[in-house]
Amino acid sequence: MNKMMSNKWIIALYMLPALLLLALIIYIPIVLTGYYGLNDWNGIKAMTFVGLENYKELIGDKAFWSSALHSLLLALFSCLSLILYLAVSLVLASKIKGANTLRKIYLIPMLLSSVAIAQLWLKIYHPSNGLINIFLEKLGVVNTPEWLANTDIVLFAIFLPILWQYAGFYILIYYAALKGVPKEVEEAATIDGATAWQIAYRIKVPLITEVLKVTLVLAMVGSLKYFDLIYVMTGGGPNGASEVMASYMYRIAFKSFDFGYASAVSFFLLLICLVVTWLIRALTASKEQIQY
Amino acid sequence: MQGLPLRSTAGSSPIGAAGRAVLYIVLFIIAVVQLFPIYWLLTFSLKSNQQIFSSHPLSFPLQPKWENYEKVWSAGNIGTYFLNSLWITVVATLLTVVIASFATYAITRMNWKLSKLALGMIMVAMMIPVHSTLIPLYSMFNFAHLIDHPLSIIISYIAFNLPITVLIMLGFYYTIPREIEEAAVMDGSSIHRLVLTIIFPMTGTVVATTGIVNMIYNWNEFIFVNTFISSNELKTLTVGVQNFIGQYTTDWGAIGATLMISILPILIAFIFLSDRIVEGLAAGSIKG
Repeated sequence: MNKMMSNKWIIALYMLPALLLLALIIYIPIVLTGYYGLNDWNGIKAMTFVGLENYKELIGDKAFWSSALHSLLLALFSCLSLILYLAVSLVLASKIKGANTLRKIYLIPMLLSSVAIAQLWLKIYHPSNGLINIFLEKLGVVNTPEWLANTDIVLFAIFLPILWQYAGFYILIYYAALKGVPKEVEEAATIDGATAWQIAYRIKVPLITEVLKVTLVLAMVGSLKYFDLIYVMTGGGPNGASEVMASYMYRIAFKSFDFGYASAVSFFLLLICLVVTWLIRALTASKEQIQY
Repeated sequence: MQGLPLRSTAGSSPIGAAGRAVLYIVLFIIAVVQLFPIYWLLTFSLKSNQQIFSSHPLSFPLQPKWENYEKVWSAGNIGTYFLNSLWITVVATLLTVVIASFATYAITRMNWKLSKLALGMIMVAMMIPVHSTLIPLYSMFNFAHLIDHPLSIIISYIAFNLPITVLIMLGFYYTIPREIEEAAVMDGSSIHRLVLTIIFPMTGTVVATTGIVNMIYNWNEFIFVNTFISSNELKTLTVGVQNFIGQYTTDWGAIGATLMISILPILIAFIFLSDRIVEGLAAGSIKG
Protein backbone atom coordinates (compact mmCIF):
# COMPACT_ATOMS: atom_id res chain seq x y z
CA MET A 1 0.00 0.00 0.00
CA ASN A 2 2.64 2.51 1.07
CA LYS A 3 4.84 1.51 -1.82
CA MET A 4 2.00 2.01 -4.26
CA MET A 5 1.10 5.38 -2.77
CA SER A 6 4.62 6.68 -3.22
CA ASN A 7 5.26 5.36 -6.71
CA LYS A 8 7.07 8.25 -8.39
CA TRP A 9 5.96 7.33 -11.89
CA ILE A 10 2.30 7.35 -10.97
CA ILE A 11 2.63 10.62 -9.07
CA ALA A 12 4.37 12.16 -12.05
CA LEU A 13 1.69 10.84 -14.38
CA TYR A 14 -1.13 12.32 -12.26
CA MET A 15 0.56 15.67 -11.66
CA LEU A 16 2.12 16.27 -15.05
CA PRO A 17 -0.89 17.58 -17.00
CA ALA A 18 -1.71 20.13 -14.28
CA LEU A 19 1.84 21.34 -13.67
CA LEU A 20 2.68 21.42 -17.36
CA LEU A 21 -0.34 23.60 -18.13
CA LEU A 22 0.38 25.98 -15.26
CA ALA A 23 4.01 26.29 -16.32
CA LEU A 24 3.16 26.82 -19.96
CA ILE A 25 0.19 29.17 -19.62
CA ILE A 26 0.97 31.04 -16.40
CA TYR A 27 4.54 30.78 -15.11
CA ILE A 28 6.56 30.93 -18.33
CA PRO A 29 4.48 33.84 -19.65
CA ILE A 30 5.12 35.81 -16.45
CA VAL A 31 8.85 35.39 -16.84
CA LEU A 32 8.54 36.36 -20.49
CA THR A 33 6.48 39.44 -19.57
CA GLY A 34 9.31 40.49 -17.30
CA TYR A 35 11.78 39.93 -20.10
CA TYR A 36 9.74 41.63 -22.85
CA GLY A 37 9.46 44.64 -20.57
CA LEU A 38 13.20 45.14 -20.96
CA ASN A 39 12.93 45.26 -24.73
CA ASP A 40 11.71 47.46 -27.50
CA TRP A 41 9.40 45.23 -29.52
CA ASN A 42 6.36 45.61 -31.72
CA GLY A 43 5.55 41.90 -31.80
CA ILE A 44 6.79 41.34 -35.34
CA LYS A 45 10.30 42.71 -35.83
CA ALA A 46 13.27 41.53 -33.80
CA MET A 47 13.48 42.70 -30.18
CA THR A 48 16.03 45.26 -29.12
CA PHE A 49 17.21 45.10 -25.55
CA VAL A 50 16.78 48.49 -23.89
CA GLY A 51 17.25 47.63 -20.24
CA LEU A 52 15.08 49.65 -17.88
CA GLU A 53 14.18 52.21 -20.56
CA ASN A 54 10.48 51.15 -20.58
CA TYR A 55 10.26 51.50 -16.81
CA LYS A 56 11.84 54.97 -16.98
CA GLU A 57 9.18 55.88 -19.51
CA LEU A 58 6.54 54.38 -17.21
CA ILE A 59 7.58 56.60 -14.32
CA GLY A 60 7.08 59.72 -16.40
CA ASP A 61 3.93 58.48 -18.16
CA LYS A 62 1.06 60.69 -16.98
CA ALA A 63 -1.57 58.58 -18.75
CA PHE A 64 -0.36 55.48 -16.92
CA TRP A 65 -0.42 57.14 -13.50
CA SER A 66 -3.86 58.49 -14.15
CA SER A 67 -5.03 54.95 -14.99
CA ALA A 68 -3.30 53.66 -11.84
CA LEU A 69 -5.12 56.31 -9.80
CA HIS A 70 -8.45 55.22 -11.27
CA SER A 71 -7.66 51.58 -10.45
CA LEU A 72 -6.80 52.61 -6.93
CA LEU A 73 -10.02 54.62 -6.56
CA LEU A 74 -12.07 51.66 -7.76
CA ALA A 75 -10.22 49.45 -5.27
CA LEU A 76 -11.01 51.94 -2.52
CA PHE A 77 -14.70 52.06 -3.48
CA SER A 78 -14.77 48.27 -3.54
CA CYS A 79 -13.27 48.03 -0.06
CA LEU A 80 -15.75 50.58 1.28
CA SER A 81 -18.62 48.69 -0.29
CA LEU A 82 -17.57 45.65 1.75
CA ILE A 83 -18.94 47.48 4.81
CA LEU A 84 -22.29 47.76 3.11
CA TYR A 85 -22.25 44.08 2.13
CA LEU A 86 -21.29 43.11 5.67
CA ALA A 87 -24.16 45.15 7.11
CA VAL A 88 -26.65 43.43 4.80
CA SER A 89 -25.18 40.03 5.71
CA LEU A 90 -25.48 40.74 9.42
CA VAL A 91 -29.17 41.47 8.94
CA LEU A 92 -29.63 38.47 6.68
CA ALA A 93 -27.98 36.12 9.18
CA SER A 94 -30.14 37.29 12.09
CA LYS A 95 -33.02 34.82 11.93
CA ILE A 96 -34.55 36.25 8.77
CA LYS A 97 -37.19 34.08 7.14
CA GLY A 98 -36.33 33.41 3.51
CA ALA A 99 -32.68 34.42 3.99
CA ASN A 100 -31.57 31.55 1.80
CA THR A 101 -33.76 32.60 -1.12
CA LEU A 102 -32.80 36.24 -0.70
CA ARG A 103 -29.08 35.58 -0.86
CA LYS A 104 -29.61 33.53 -4.00
CA ILE A 105 -31.52 36.37 -5.62
CA TYR A 106 -28.74 38.79 -4.66
CA LEU A 107 -26.25 36.52 -6.40
CA ILE A 108 -27.87 36.53 -9.85
CA PRO A 109 -25.99 39.55 -11.32
CA MET A 110 -22.70 37.90 -10.34
CA LEU A 111 -23.42 35.04 -12.74
CA LEU A 112 -23.81 37.22 -15.83
CA SER A 113 -20.87 38.01 -18.07
CA SER A 114 -19.27 41.41 -17.62
CA VAL A 115 -19.98 42.05 -21.30
CA ALA A 116 -23.71 41.52 -20.80
CA ILE A 117 -23.66 43.64 -17.64
CA ALA A 118 -21.77 46.40 -19.42
CA GLN A 119 -24.18 46.40 -22.37
CA LEU A 120 -27.17 46.41 -20.05
CA TRP A 121 -25.82 49.32 -18.01
CA LEU A 122 -24.99 51.23 -21.18
CA LYS A 123 -28.74 51.19 -21.72
CA ILE A 124 -29.51 52.02 -18.09
CA TYR A 125 -27.23 55.07 -18.37
CA HIS A 126 -28.58 56.07 -21.80
CA PRO A 127 -28.91 59.89 -21.71
CA SER A 128 -32.52 60.10 -22.92
CA ASN A 129 -34.06 56.62 -22.71
CA GLY A 130 -32.10 55.03 -19.89
CA LEU A 131 -33.80 53.93 -16.68
CA ILE A 132 -31.89 56.35 -14.47
CA ASN A 133 -32.51 59.50 -16.46
CA ILE A 134 -36.18 58.64 -17.06
CA PHE A 135 -36.51 58.27 -13.31
CA LEU A 136 -34.72 61.58 -12.67
CA GLU A 137 -36.96 63.34 -15.21
CA LYS A 138 -40.01 61.99 -13.42
CA LEU A 139 -38.61 63.51 -10.26
CA GLY A 140 -38.38 66.83 -12.08
CA VAL A 141 -34.65 67.01 -12.71
CA VAL A 142 -34.15 69.17 -15.80
CA ASN A 143 -30.54 68.73 -16.84
CA THR A 144 -30.09 64.99 -16.47
CA PRO A 145 -26.42 64.04 -16.61
CA GLU A 146 -24.73 62.18 -19.44
CA TRP A 147 -23.33 59.60 -17.08
CA LEU A 148 -20.69 58.04 -19.27
CA ALA A 149 -19.71 61.14 -21.25
CA ASN A 150 -18.96 63.33 -18.27
CA THR A 151 -15.32 63.04 -17.16
CA ASP A 152 -16.21 64.05 -13.60
CA ILE A 153 -18.71 61.30 -12.92
CA VAL A 154 -17.82 58.50 -15.33
CA LEU A 155 -15.75 56.61 -12.73
CA PHE A 156 -18.63 56.64 -10.25
CA ALA A 157 -20.97 55.56 -13.03
CA ILE A 158 -18.64 52.65 -13.76
CA PHE A 159 -18.59 51.68 -10.11
CA LEU A 160 -22.35 51.35 -9.71
CA PRO A 161 -22.65 48.21 -11.90
CA ILE A 162 -19.61 46.78 -10.09
CA LEU A 163 -21.33 47.35 -6.75
CA TRP A 164 -24.45 45.70 -8.18
CA GLN A 165 -22.60 42.79 -9.73
CA TYR A 166 -20.51 41.75 -6.73
CA ALA A 167 -23.05 42.36 -3.94
CA GLY A 168 -24.38 38.81 -3.94
CA PHE A 169 -20.91 37.31 -4.00
CA TYR A 170 -19.64 39.05 -0.86
CA ILE A 171 -22.96 38.73 0.94
CA LEU A 172 -22.78 35.00 0.22
CA ILE A 173 -19.32 34.77 1.78
CA TYR A 174 -20.19 36.86 4.84
CA TYR A 175 -23.49 35.09 5.35
CA ALA A 176 -21.80 31.68 5.35
CA ALA A 177 -19.17 32.92 7.81
CA LEU A 178 -21.74 34.50 10.13
CA LYS A 179 -23.81 31.33 10.11
CA GLY A 180 -20.67 29.58 11.32
CA VAL A 181 -20.63 31.63 14.53
CA PRO A 182 -22.02 29.30 17.22
CA LYS A 183 -25.56 30.13 18.31
CA GLU A 184 -24.56 29.84 21.98
CA VAL A 185 -22.35 32.91 21.71
CA GLU A 186 -25.21 35.07 20.53
CA GLU A 187 -27.66 33.58 23.00
CA ALA A 188 -25.34 34.15 25.93
CA ALA A 189 -24.85 37.77 24.90
CA THR A 190 -28.60 38.27 24.52
CA ILE A 191 -29.20 36.92 28.00
CA ASP A 192 -26.55 39.30 29.30
CA GLY A 193 -28.60 42.11 27.80
CA ALA A 194 -26.45 43.00 24.78
CA THR A 195 -28.18 45.02 22.08
CA ALA A 196 -28.37 43.79 18.49
CA TRP A 197 -25.76 46.39 17.50
CA GLN A 198 -23.39 45.23 20.24
CA ILE A 199 -23.79 41.60 19.26
CA ALA A 200 -23.04 42.41 15.64
CA TYR A 201 -20.17 44.83 16.18
CA ARG A 202 -18.50 43.43 19.29
CA ILE A 203 -19.07 39.71 18.88
CA LYS A 204 -19.96 38.56 15.38
CA VAL A 205 -17.69 40.79 13.30
CA PRO A 206 -14.55 40.07 15.36
CA LEU A 207 -15.27 36.36 15.08
CA ILE A 208 -15.13 36.44 11.28
CA THR A 209 -11.95 38.54 10.97
CA GLU A 210 -10.21 35.89 8.87
CA VAL A 211 -12.98 35.97 6.30
CA LEU A 212 -12.94 39.77 6.30
CA LYS A 213 -9.24 39.68 5.43
CA VAL A 214 -9.81 37.29 2.56
CA THR A 215 -12.55 39.47 1.12
CA LEU A 216 -10.38 42.55 1.50
CA VAL A 217 -7.69 40.91 -0.62
CA LEU A 218 -10.29 39.73 -3.13
CA ALA A 219 -11.81 43.19 -3.43
CA MET A 220 -8.46 45.00 -3.71
CA VAL A 221 -6.81 42.66 -6.19
CA GLY A 222 -10.06 42.15 -8.06
CA SER A 223 -10.46 45.88 -8.63
CA LEU A 224 -6.85 46.31 -9.72
CA LYS A 225 -7.63 43.80 -12.47
CA TYR A 226 -10.94 45.30 -13.71
CA PHE A 227 -11.07 45.16 -17.45
CA ASP A 228 -14.06 43.66 -19.29
CA LEU A 229 -16.70 45.99 -17.92
CA ILE A 230 -14.73 49.16 -18.56
CA TYR A 231 -13.47 48.01 -21.95
CA VAL A 232 -17.05 47.49 -23.12
CA MET A 233 -18.75 50.43 -21.37
CA THR A 234 -16.37 53.27 -22.08
CA GLY A 235 -13.19 51.85 -23.61
CA GLY A 236 -11.40 53.94 -20.96
CA GLY A 237 -12.96 57.20 -22.13
CA PRO A 238 -14.03 59.88 -22.35
CA ASN A 239 -10.55 61.26 -22.71
CA GLY A 240 -9.00 58.63 -20.44
CA ALA A 241 -11.30 59.51 -17.52
CA SER A 242 -12.19 55.86 -16.86
CA GLU A 243 -8.96 54.25 -18.02
CA VAL A 244 -7.61 51.65 -15.59
CA MET A 245 -4.26 49.85 -15.59
CA ALA A 246 -5.48 46.74 -17.39
CA SER A 247 -7.33 48.66 -20.10
CA TYR A 248 -4.33 50.98 -20.56
CA MET A 249 -2.01 47.99 -20.98
CA TYR A 250 -4.44 46.36 -23.42
CA ARG A 251 -4.64 49.48 -25.54
CA ILE A 252 -0.86 49.80 -25.79
CA ALA A 253 -0.42 46.10 -26.55
CA PHE A 254 -3.23 45.36 -28.98
CA LYS A 255 -4.06 48.78 -30.45
CA SER A 256 -0.61 50.43 -30.67
CA PHE A 257 1.29 47.12 -30.78
CA ASP A 258 3.99 48.41 -28.47
CA PHE A 259 4.54 45.00 -26.88
CA GLY A 260 7.71 46.00 -25.02
CA TYR A 261 6.18 48.93 -23.18
CA ALA A 262 2.87 47.13 -22.61
CA SER A 263 4.81 44.25 -21.04
CA ALA A 264 6.46 46.67 -18.65
CA VAL A 265 3.00 47.97 -17.69
CA SER A 266 1.60 44.47 -17.20
CA PHE A 267 4.63 43.36 -15.19
CA PHE A 268 4.09 46.38 -12.99
CA LEU A 269 0.42 45.39 -12.61
CA LEU A 270 1.52 41.91 -11.52
CA LEU A 271 3.90 43.35 -8.94
CA ILE A 272 1.22 45.65 -7.54
CA CYS A 273 -1.22 42.74 -7.20
CA LEU A 274 1.34 40.60 -5.39
CA VAL A 275 2.49 43.44 -3.14
CA VAL A 276 -1.08 44.42 -2.23
CA THR A 277 -1.93 40.80 -1.37
CA TRP A 278 1.17 40.47 0.76
CA LEU A 279 0.66 43.87 2.38
CA ILE A 280 -2.93 43.21 3.45
CA ARG A 281 -1.98 39.80 4.82
CA ALA A 282 0.98 41.27 6.72
CA LEU A 283 -0.85 44.31 8.07
CA THR A 284 -3.83 42.32 9.26
CA ALA A 285 -1.91 39.31 10.53
CA SER A 286 -3.41 38.46 13.90
CA LYS A 287 -1.01 37.68 16.73
CA GLU A 288 -3.43 35.30 18.31
CA GLN A 289 -6.11 33.19 16.77
CA ILE A 290 -9.52 33.98 18.13
CA GLN A 291 -11.00 31.06 20.00
CA TYR A 292 -14.59 30.40 20.65
CA MET B 1 -21.60 22.48 24.32
CA GLN B 2 -24.12 20.07 25.72
CA GLY B 3 -24.45 21.55 29.19
CA LEU B 4 -25.91 24.85 28.01
CA PRO B 5 -29.64 25.22 28.45
CA LEU B 6 -31.06 25.96 25.02
CA ARG B 7 -33.35 28.80 25.76
CA SER B 8 -35.68 30.16 23.17
CA THR B 9 -34.65 33.72 22.38
CA ALA B 10 -37.86 34.55 20.58
CA GLY B 11 -39.26 36.45 23.52
CA SER B 12 -36.07 38.31 24.33
CA SER B 13 -34.92 39.13 20.78
CA PRO B 14 -32.76 42.24 20.84
CA ILE B 15 -34.62 43.70 17.87
CA GLY B 16 -38.25 44.73 18.23
CA ALA B 17 -41.06 43.77 15.88
CA ALA B 18 -41.10 47.19 14.19
CA GLY B 19 -37.36 47.00 13.70
CA ARG B 20 -37.64 43.61 12.10
CA ALA B 21 -40.31 44.85 9.72
CA VAL B 22 -37.97 47.60 8.57
CA LEU B 23 -35.17 45.08 8.05
CA TYR B 24 -37.44 42.88 5.92
CA ILE B 25 -38.38 45.86 3.79
CA VAL B 26 -34.73 46.81 3.28
CA LEU B 27 -33.82 43.25 2.29
CA PHE B 28 -36.75 43.13 -0.08
CA ILE B 29 -35.73 46.41 -1.73
CA ILE B 30 -32.22 45.07 -2.28
CA ALA B 31 -33.68 42.00 -3.95
CA VAL B 32 -35.72 44.24 -6.25
CA VAL B 33 -32.64 46.32 -7.11
CA GLN B 34 -30.69 43.16 -7.96
CA LEU B 35 -33.39 41.80 -10.24
CA PHE B 36 -34.78 44.97 -11.71
CA PRO B 37 -32.22 45.64 -14.49
CA ILE B 38 -32.69 42.08 -15.73
CA TYR B 39 -36.47 42.45 -15.76
CA TRP B 40 -36.09 45.71 -17.65
CA LEU B 41 -33.81 43.97 -20.17
CA LEU B 42 -36.47 41.31 -20.70
CA THR B 43 -39.18 43.91 -21.31
CA PHE B 44 -37.24 45.91 -23.87
CA SER B 45 -36.05 42.78 -25.64
CA LEU B 46 -39.72 42.22 -26.47
CA LYS B 47 -40.57 45.73 -27.63
CA SER B 48 -40.07 47.75 -30.79
CA ASN B 49 -38.14 51.00 -30.57
CA GLN B 50 -41.40 52.88 -30.84
CA GLN B 51 -42.88 50.99 -27.89
CA ILE B 52 -39.71 51.47 -25.86
CA PHE B 53 -39.62 55.22 -26.30
CA SER B 54 -43.34 55.91 -25.99
CA SER B 55 -44.69 53.41 -23.45
CA HIS B 56 -43.98 53.33 -19.76
CA PRO B 57 -40.40 52.03 -19.40
CA LEU B 58 -41.38 49.35 -16.91
CA SER B 59 -44.49 48.04 -18.59
CA PHE B 60 -44.44 44.50 -19.85
CA PRO B 61 -45.30 44.48 -23.58
CA LEU B 62 -48.87 43.30 -24.18
CA GLN B 63 -47.92 42.00 -27.58
CA PRO B 64 -44.39 40.74 -27.06
CA LYS B 65 -42.25 41.12 -30.15
CA TRP B 66 -40.71 37.67 -30.41
CA GLU B 67 -39.56 38.77 -33.87
CA ASN B 68 -36.64 40.51 -32.15
CA TYR B 69 -35.31 37.12 -31.15
CA GLU B 70 -35.98 35.57 -34.56
CA LYS B 71 -34.29 38.52 -36.24
CA VAL B 72 -31.05 38.45 -34.27
CA TRP B 73 -30.86 34.67 -34.34
CA SER B 74 -31.13 34.51 -38.13
CA ALA B 75 -29.48 37.77 -39.11
CA GLY B 76 -26.10 37.42 -37.48
CA ASN B 77 -23.87 34.66 -36.27
CA ILE B 78 -25.51 34.43 -32.85
CA GLY B 79 -26.29 30.76 -33.44
CA THR B 80 -22.64 30.07 -34.29
CA TYR B 81 -21.41 32.05 -31.28
CA PHE B 82 -23.85 30.18 -29.08
CA LEU B 83 -22.66 26.77 -30.25
CA ASN B 84 -19.01 27.82 -29.91
CA SER B 85 -19.60 29.01 -26.35
CA LEU B 86 -21.38 25.75 -25.60
CA TRP B 87 -18.80 23.27 -26.88
CA ILE B 88 -15.78 25.26 -25.72
CA THR B 89 -17.30 25.66 -22.24
CA VAL B 90 -18.10 21.95 -22.01
CA VAL B 91 -14.74 20.70 -23.32
CA ALA B 92 -12.68 23.08 -21.17
CA THR B 93 -14.75 22.25 -18.08
CA LEU B 94 -14.47 18.48 -18.56
CA LEU B 95 -10.72 18.64 -19.08
CA THR B 96 -10.23 20.96 -16.11
CA VAL B 97 -12.18 18.71 -13.78
CA VAL B 98 -10.36 15.54 -14.93
CA ILE B 99 -6.88 17.09 -14.76
CA ALA B 100 -7.65 18.69 -11.39
CA SER B 101 -9.02 15.40 -10.02
CA PHE B 102 -5.82 13.51 -10.78
CA ALA B 103 -3.64 16.30 -9.39
CA THR B 104 -5.77 16.60 -6.24
CA TYR B 105 -5.59 12.85 -5.71
CA ALA B 106 -1.80 12.83 -6.00
CA ILE B 107 -1.49 15.80 -3.65
CA THR B 108 -3.90 14.67 -0.95
CA ARG B 109 -3.61 10.89 -0.96
CA MET B 110 -0.14 9.98 -2.17
CA ASN B 111 3.13 10.37 -0.30
CA TRP B 112 5.88 12.43 -1.89
CA LYS B 113 8.24 15.07 -0.64
CA LEU B 114 7.42 17.78 -3.15
CA SER B 115 3.63 17.64 -2.76
CA LYS B 116 3.57 20.82 -0.63
CA LEU B 117 5.64 22.64 -3.22
CA ALA B 118 3.38 21.46 -6.05
CA LEU B 119 0.31 22.59 -4.15
CA GLY B 120 1.95 25.95 -3.47
CA MET B 121 2.67 26.32 -7.18
CA ILE B 122 -0.97 25.70 -7.97
CA MET B 123 -2.23 28.15 -5.32
CA VAL B 124 0.17 30.98 -6.20
CA ALA B 125 -1.02 30.75 -9.79
CA MET B 126 -4.40 31.94 -8.51
CA MET B 127 -2.97 35.36 -7.68
CA ILE B 128 -1.55 35.99 -11.16
CA PRO B 129 -3.61 38.48 -13.14
CA VAL B 130 -4.60 37.23 -16.58
CA HIS B 131 -3.38 40.49 -18.12
CA SER B 132 0.21 39.84 -17.07
CA THR B 133 0.33 36.71 -19.22
CA LEU B 134 -1.54 38.05 -22.23
CA ILE B 135 1.28 39.36 -24.41
CA PRO B 136 3.57 36.30 -24.05
CA LEU B 137 0.59 33.99 -24.57
CA TYR B 138 -0.27 35.89 -27.72
CA SER B 139 3.25 35.53 -29.10
CA MET B 140 3.50 31.87 -27.98
CA PHE B 141 0.20 30.98 -29.63
CA ASN B 142 1.25 32.95 -32.68
CA PHE B 143 4.47 30.93 -32.83
CA ALA B 144 2.55 27.66 -32.48
CA HIS B 145 -0.02 28.75 -35.12
CA LEU B 146 -2.76 28.62 -32.52
CA ILE B 147 -3.94 32.20 -32.90
CA ASP B 148 -7.51 32.08 -34.19
CA HIS B 149 -7.71 28.45 -33.13
CA PRO B 150 -10.09 27.24 -30.38
CA LEU B 151 -7.28 25.31 -28.70
CA SER B 152 -5.65 28.58 -27.60
CA ILE B 153 -8.64 29.59 -25.50
CA ILE B 154 -9.41 26.07 -24.27
CA ILE B 155 -5.96 25.49 -22.78
CA SER B 156 -5.92 29.01 -21.32
CA TYR B 157 -9.26 28.35 -19.63
CA ILE B 158 -8.01 25.05 -18.21
CA ALA B 159 -4.81 26.55 -16.82
CA PHE B 160 -6.49 29.56 -15.21
CA ASN B 161 -9.35 27.54 -13.71
CA LEU B 162 -7.20 24.69 -12.41
CA PRO B 163 -6.15 26.38 -9.13
CA ILE B 164 -9.69 27.20 -7.98
CA THR B 165 -10.87 23.74 -9.03
CA VAL B 166 -8.10 22.00 -7.07
CA LEU B 167 -8.76 24.30 -4.12
CA ILE B 168 -12.43 23.32 -3.93
CA MET B 169 -11.61 19.62 -4.42
CA LEU B 170 -8.88 19.50 -1.73
CA GLY B 171 -11.21 19.67 1.25
CA PHE B 172 -13.32 16.82 -0.07
CA TYR B 173 -10.37 14.55 -0.86
CA TYR B 174 -8.88 14.98 2.60
CA THR B 175 -12.05 13.54 4.13
CA ILE B 176 -11.98 10.25 2.20
CA PRO B 177 -11.24 7.50 4.74
CA ARG B 178 -7.95 5.62 4.29
CA GLU B 179 -9.75 2.33 4.83
CA ILE B 180 -11.40 2.54 1.44
CA GLU B 181 -8.05 2.63 -0.29
CA GLU B 182 -6.60 -0.05 1.96
CA ALA B 183 -9.49 -2.40 1.27
CA ALA B 184 -9.11 -1.92 -2.48
CA VAL B 185 -5.37 -2.56 -2.34
CA MET B 186 -5.97 -5.71 -0.26
CA ASP B 187 -8.27 -6.95 -3.01
CA GLY B 188 -5.36 -6.56 -5.39
CA SER B 189 -6.61 -3.47 -7.21
CA SER B 190 -4.08 -1.41 -9.15
CA ILE B 191 -3.88 2.27 -8.24
CA HIS B 192 -5.43 3.34 -11.55
CA ARG B 193 -8.38 1.05 -10.98
CA LEU B 194 -8.72 2.29 -7.42
CA VAL B 195 -8.72 5.93 -8.55
CA LEU B 196 -10.95 5.48 -11.58
CA THR B 197 -13.52 3.03 -10.24
CA ILE B 198 -13.64 3.76 -6.51
CA ILE B 199 -12.35 7.26 -5.69
CA PHE B 200 -13.67 9.30 -8.64
CA PRO B 201 -17.22 7.94 -8.39
CA MET B 202 -17.23 9.06 -4.75
CA THR B 203 -16.42 12.64 -5.68
CA GLY B 204 -19.67 13.31 -7.55
CA THR B 205 -20.80 16.27 -5.50
CA VAL B 206 -17.51 18.13 -5.59
CA VAL B 207 -17.18 17.40 -9.32
CA ALA B 208 -20.63 18.89 -9.82
CA THR B 209 -19.73 21.95 -7.76
CA THR B 210 -16.46 22.63 -9.55
CA GLY B 211 -18.01 21.78 -12.89
CA ILE B 212 -20.75 24.37 -12.57
CA VAL B 213 -18.32 27.05 -11.35
CA ASN B 214 -16.02 26.30 -14.29
CA MET B 215 -18.91 26.48 -16.71
CA ILE B 216 -19.95 29.91 -15.48
CA TYR B 217 -16.39 31.25 -15.74
CA ASN B 218 -15.85 29.81 -19.20
CA TRP B 219 -19.21 30.88 -20.55
CA ASN B 220 -18.57 34.48 -19.45
CA GLU B 221 -14.90 34.75 -20.37
CA PHE B 222 -14.06 37.67 -22.60
CA ILE B 223 -10.43 38.78 -22.77
CA PHE B 224 -8.85 35.57 -24.13
CA VAL B 225 -11.42 35.24 -26.91
CA ASN B 226 -11.16 38.93 -27.70
CA THR B 227 -7.37 38.66 -27.99
CA PHE B 228 -6.75 35.26 -29.56
CA ILE B 229 -9.75 34.77 -31.85
CA SER B 230 -10.38 36.97 -34.86
CA SER B 231 -12.67 35.06 -37.23
CA ASN B 232 -16.42 35.19 -36.74
CA GLU B 233 -16.85 31.42 -37.07
CA LEU B 234 -14.79 30.82 -33.94
CA LYS B 235 -15.96 33.60 -31.62
CA THR B 236 -17.93 32.83 -28.50
CA LEU B 237 -21.00 34.67 -27.28
CA THR B 238 -19.30 37.31 -25.12
CA VAL B 239 -17.12 38.66 -27.92
CA GLY B 240 -19.65 37.88 -30.63
CA VAL B 241 -22.41 39.75 -28.80
CA GLN B 242 -20.11 42.70 -28.27
CA ASN B 243 -19.35 42.94 -32.02
CA PHE B 244 -22.89 42.17 -33.06
CA ILE B 245 -24.41 44.86 -30.87
CA GLY B 246 -22.06 47.36 -32.47
CA GLN B 247 -24.11 47.04 -35.68
CA TYR B 248 -27.41 47.61 -33.89
CA THR B 249 -26.62 50.66 -31.79
CA THR B 250 -30.08 52.13 -32.17
CA ASP B 251 -32.24 49.00 -32.29
CA TRP B 252 -32.90 48.41 -28.59
CA GLY B 253 -35.15 45.42 -29.15
CA ALA B 254 -32.43 43.59 -31.11
CA ILE B 255 -29.79 44.42 -28.51
CA GLY B 256 -32.05 43.27 -25.69
CA ALA B 257 -32.85 40.01 -27.48
CA THR B 258 -29.15 39.34 -28.13
CA LEU B 259 -28.29 39.93 -24.48
CA MET B 260 -31.17 37.78 -23.27
CA ILE B 261 -30.00 34.91 -25.50
CA SER B 262 -26.50 35.22 -24.06
CA ILE B 263 -27.56 35.17 -20.41
CA LEU B 264 -30.46 32.70 -20.66
CA PRO B 265 -28.39 29.49 -20.27
CA ILE B 266 -26.85 30.86 -17.07
CA LEU B 267 -30.23 31.89 -15.68
CA ILE B 268 -31.70 28.47 -16.49
CA ALA B 269 -28.71 26.72 -14.90
CA PHE B 270 -29.21 28.90 -11.84
CA ILE B 271 -32.85 27.89 -11.45
CA PHE B 272 -31.92 24.21 -11.31
CA LEU B 273 -28.48 24.32 -9.73
CA SER B 274 -28.52 27.31 -7.40
CA ASP B 275 -27.36 25.27 -4.39
CA ARG B 276 -24.32 23.94 -6.23
CA ILE B 277 -23.49 27.42 -7.54
CA VAL B 278 -23.74 28.98 -4.10
CA GLU B 279 -21.60 26.22 -2.64
CA GLY B 280 -18.97 26.47 -5.36
CA LEU B 281 -18.61 30.24 -5.20
CA ALA B 282 -18.44 30.20 -1.42
CA ALA B 283 -15.96 27.31 -1.19
CA GLY B 284 -13.69 28.81 -3.78
CA SER B 285 -13.35 32.12 -1.99
CA ILE B 286 -13.30 31.44 1.72
CA LYS B 287 -10.34 29.13 1.75
CA GLY B 288 -8.41 31.35 -0.64
